[in-house]
Amino acid sequence: MKLQVEHLSCRYYGTPVLRDISFDAESGDFISVIGPNGVGKSTLFRCILNFLQDYEGTIRLDGRDTKEISPREMAACIAYIPQIHRPTFGYSVLDTVLMGMARQIAVFSRPGPGQIRDAEDALRKMGVLHLKERDFARLSGGEQQLVLIARAIAQKAQILVMDEPTSALDYGNQYRVLKQIRDLSQEGYLVLLSTHHPQHALQFSSRVLALRKDGPPVLGTPAQILTPELIQDLYGIRADFLKTESGPVIIPRI
Amino acid sequence: MNVTKRETISDRQAHWIIALLGGVLIVLFFLSFLLGRFDVPFGEVLRILINRIVPLEQTWTDRMAIAVVNIRLPRILLACLVGCCLTSAGIAYQTVFQNPMAAPDILGASSGACFGAALAILLQAGRAGITASAFAFSMLSVFLVYLVGSRTRGNRVMSILLAGVMISSLFSAATSYVKLVADPTNQLPAITYWLMGSLSGATLKEVLYALIPMTAGLILLFLLRWRMNLLTLSGDEAKSIGVNTGRLRLCVILCATLLTASSVAVSGMIGWVGLVIPHLCRKLVGSNCRFLLPAGMLFGAIFLLLVDNLSRNLLSVEIPIGILTAFIGAPFFLFLMTRKEAPI
Repeated sequence: MKLQVEHLSCRYYGTPVLRDISFDAESGDFISVIGPNGVGKSTLFRCILNFLQDYEGTIRLDGRDTKEISPREMAACIAYIPQIHRPTFGYSVLDTVLMGMARQIAVFSRPGPGQIRDAEDALRKMGVLHLKERDFARLSGGEQQLVLIARAIAQKAQILVMDEPTSALDYGNQYRVLKQIRDLSQEGYLVLLSTHHPQHALQFSSRVLALRKDGPPVLGTPAQILTPELIQDLYGIRADFLKTESGPVIIPRI
Repeated sequence: MNVTKRETISDRQAHWIIALLGGVLIVLFFLSFLLGRFDVPFGEVLRILINRIVPLEQTWTDRMAIAVVNIRLPRILLACLVGCCLTSAGIAYQTVFQNPMAAPDILGASSGACFGAALAILLQAGRAGITASAFAFSMLSVFLVYLVGSRTRGNRVMSILLAGVMISSLFSAATSYVKLVADPTNQLPAITYWLMGSLSGATLKEVLYALIPMTAGLILLFLLRWRMNLLTLSGDEAKSIGVNTGRLRLCVILCATLLTASSVAVSGMIGWVGLVIPHLCRKLVGSNCRFLLPAGMLFGAIFLLLVDNLSRNLLSVEIPIGILTAFIGAPFFLFLMTRKEAPI
């Protein structure tokens, strides 16, 4: 799968939020999108997912303009993993994953044994099969995030778009989830994820897209573009980069 | 992270519970024929009912046949149908609006129907006119709520609920005005009694008349029962899995409104069933509509049949069933709210 974003610009209630963004991504890429609040990370994802179509520029999936692709076809290519939220009604983990497969289930029908098997495979892959009979609403944040990723995998999409998947997780779960996501990208999934932690982008992603309030976006490998200057420019905070045996560490200077 | 605890019900257990509810309903259905001031032995009840399908040698008196076929049968059927419809509508509205407080009253469906019926009584339109008018105004109020709710910015679930409360209150005011101008000797008591909700005076013809819209709505909801679950996803999530929830949502709302309107049209305002029974069923089989809806249909029928048996036998005068459902429903709901693992 190849995703191409060409000269994308978008306005949100009249104010421009994305200006002339271009990048290409392919299967196996793990792209972290960083930038301050309100810079348009979510808007970028909404454009890519076809939720927003009122933008300038072109987004292509395997060469086809996404505006010409039906929602059903889009769902077969791109899966969206939202930030976790408490659902109103309790569904079992298995039911939650099965809902992601609605595209494959006829309107008056219900999931069959084949779909249940696929859902269980996806849960197994994320290491949460033992939770399948639990109430999704009562899981920990980390477990919920893994189940939502399993739902995306069961959807059989090759591109995973995640809106701040670690924002509601505790320290340990953040890294467990990120490791799982990196494993997926190494398996051939294209991962596009937004984060508020430059450290996560530095440690896990293959490339980083930094969206700036003023000025053009910056794209490159973490080692290339993540510098004290960029952190200062993005967040207005000075930071030191410390080289350790397990890789560089970003430490803010307070 | 390795706790393998079961918090949800398995498919097998859910099937058993639904089968059990079905069994209870069948037993209660036949037992209900025995209740009433005029005694008919159980054997005769069965023979009279079978006689409607396969002719049998008559061993019963004509008065028994009249009591069973013309009085008790329509009433028992209607109690089952209305309970089933109101509960299904409640489950559908709760799922569509992702709100455990949603009920047939929320979209203004009930108060719209009440206004329509009161207006028809005022205009001396007859039974058919009452049904048609209740249905038309019920649909109108839901349409208004949907229109207003979908035109507002921000939290759509919330704005639809608020619009529902407002439109309801408009229709209630209109109903009060109808009562004010109604003729106090005949029309006013008719309207008031009708608003209290009652299954008395049901005839077989009326039941068959209500059966058409009711079964249409029930069958469609039943077929959509798994799909309905998708309405609990956020709009973006639903879009990203490739589902057009707009059409599905509209279809479920139309079905639920059809069920509410046809129930109100034949039985008046019977409150609380559509809120309390869905919650009880969630406790029994969980929130997956695949099981929740069939369980709710059966439980709703059982509940209303039970309450109607009380309403016609508890005192020598009949108590309007709407009063009883409120007396049972409201305290029960308060009890649910204050429990530790509250559903809301």
